[in-house]
Amino acid sequence: MGPEKQPVAGDVTPWWRDRRVLPWVVQGVVGLLVLLLIAFLLGNLVRNLTAAGLLLSWRWLNQPAGFDISETLLPFDAGMPYWRGLAAGLVNTVRAVLTGLVGATALGTLAGMASFSRNGLLRGIARVYVEVIRNIPLLLQLVFWYFVVFLALPNGAAAIQLPGLVLAKSGLYLAGFGEGLRWTVPHLVNGVWQAPLRLSVEFGALLTGLIIYSAAFIAEVVRGGIAAVPKGQWEAASSLGFGWLATLRWIVLPQALRVIVPGLNTQYISLAKNSSLAVAVGYTDLYSVAETTLNQTGRAVEVYLILLGVYLGLDLLISLVMNGVNQLVQIRER
Amino acid sequence: MALRRSLLWPLTALLAVQLAGCAPEGGSGGVQSQKLATITGRGKLICGVDGKLPGFSFVGSDGQYSGLDVDVCKAVAAALFGDPGKVEYRDLNSSERFAALASGEVDLLSRNTTMTLSRDAAGGNGLSFAPTTFYDGQGVMTPANSGVKTLKDLAGKPICVESGTTTELNLADRMRELGVPYTPLKFQTGDQTYAAYLGGRCVAVTSDRSQLAAKRTSFPSPDQHILLPDVMSKEPLTPATVNADPAWADAVRWTVYGLMQAEELGITKANVAAKLAEAKANKNLADLRRFLGVEGDFGKQLGLPSDFVVRAVTAVGNYGEIFDRNVGPGSKLKLDRGVNRQWKDGGLIYSPPFR
Repeated sequence: MGPEKQPVAGDVTPWWRDRRVLPWVVQGVVGLLVLLLIAFLLGNLVRNLTAAGLLLSWRWLNQPAGFDISETLLPFDAGMPYWRGLAAGLVNTVRAVLTGLVGATALGTLAGMASFSRNGLLRGIARVYVEVIRNIPLLLQLVFWYFVVFLALPNGAAAIQLPGLVLAKSGLYLAGFGEGLRWTVPHLVNGVWQAPLRLSVEFGALLTGLIIYSAAFIAEVVRGGIAAVPKGQWEAASSLGFGWLATLRWIVLPQALRVIVPGLNTQYISLAKNSSLAVAVGYTDLYSVAETTLNQTGRAVEVYLILLGVYLGLDLLISLVMNGVNQLVQIRER
Repeated sequence: MALRRSLLWPLTALLAVQLAGCAPEGGSGGVQSQKLATITGRGKLICGVDGKLPGFSFVGSDGQYSGLDVDVCKAVAAALFGDPGKVEYRDLNSSERFAALASGEVDLLSRNTTMTLSRDAAGGNGLSFAPTTFYDGQGVMTPANSGVKTLKDLAGKPICVESGTTTELNLADRMRELGVPYTPLKFQTGDQTYAAYLGGRCVAVTSDRSQLAAKRTSFPSPDQHILLPDVMSKEPLTPATVNADPAWADAVRWTVYGLMQAEELGITKANVAAKLAEAKANKNLADLRRFLGVEGDFGKQLGLPSDFVVRAVTAVGNYGEIFDRNVGPGSKLKLDRGVNRQWKDGGLIYSPPFR
């Protein structure tokens, strides 16, 4: 980049005033400053960790964990290494997030649609639900569901029995295909409920809290999406003889989805992150296992790095999927 | 590309926050105590306690902290500043405590913490433990009408436990030894753990026996709950500082030993002034004169005032008085001194010589 020594009149601008050069110089300087800052912070971290004798090490991941986890999809016992415990925790987190996403989407869509209902009572209920739920902190709601509602459930024969579902303090029992693929409903054996599918009340409380909380936000996103569809569409559908539900299903929702999906993405990501509050209600998710691990190993920085990475990865994955969905519902220009 | 760039920035910012958080403390320890200088400069001691455990650290109806763990904080503050009130208490749950200590957020952790190898080792939590102030053991509490008599009766039953404790690991070990399957229900704080137990979610709750006895006093009907006779582990509850500053650890260690030695010598809160006068008057009482800082430079060697023992005992009394007042006959807990008696009486409380 040699600056011209002799300016030829009207031909060459000096480099420090050249618009083709200047932006690169500025970018370069800013980039360098950022790199220096990162280097300084990293150096500071390493220096302090070395002084505290805590330089990053990952060998502990292979040591036996020594603690138990009460409910796991991925089999785990105290003799297995820490990484396996963290993996079991992650599976538990994913389990709560996935079921939470499905439940919150269903409930949120219903509530969002209900706020356009011609039935005033339904409309009122939807509004009250949204306003009450989204203005109370999630942690408080989780603690409420667990300690006040689920722990107040009766046990044994006194349990709340619904068709195909029994709610007891010892767990939530669901009907399903039991041994030999026979349809089995929850039944009492010696005062203990037996069923093909049992969920702990901790999981139940977490799921209930997450779904009800997230659905309130999703309802608003759905409502916004539907409101964005011009009123003329409703009227046109009505004049063609479409009913309320048919109008929604065939005319309004397909157009509303374009507005809804990006908003949903944000809510899904929030739900995934909020699932880490599970620790408050005794559900052993990734965060809970990580906390125990941190305490037993003292590897705070490593454990938090893992947590940061995993939650970031999980949210990026949700974003990726939702971006794909977003492209599917966009208007295809011809 | 746009997506990737938009994600990069929050990530960088996050990392920066994370790293910056590590920056201020934990630096060069050195021979001279940086911590001691920091505390003296600040004018008060920051002490990490449980805050919710009657007998050990508990905020009373008057808003004041009291308890055995709290008295250790007060004794150290008195040794440093001559004023047991110069303490700022931080309530820490069992999961926060080591991070709070390692990051320098608290100077001293006096929070019914069990001394273990991995917590002490530089390659583990890297703590430095003072003398044990309460020798405990892990127990199990269950409702009196649960029908549970031994650990084996807990087969297949849910047991409430606080996460991040030695209790959690001991439970896993014992049950594995016995071959008894069980369901551990882990909670982040003691409040949640006992709320779940009282809510009937667990058939039993496990913790240090002293903690169970202490918590029981705050239950709606304490006599409806029993402690199983099984003692599952040794739990020496011990104040701790960080490994990186041995001089500060020594100051804490010998302040605590001072409380124990004072009991052995019969020096109490009530008579410490008289003993001091006696030591000053009689040059032949060499042991007592050194202990109370009338002669020699023990305090100076530790970086403390020469009369640090006098200050500590004046503030909170000797070890026996602290025990009786907080967890012994003078308290609701009414725990037996048991192994926490002086060595002369067949217990484990033993101060090395002040020499």
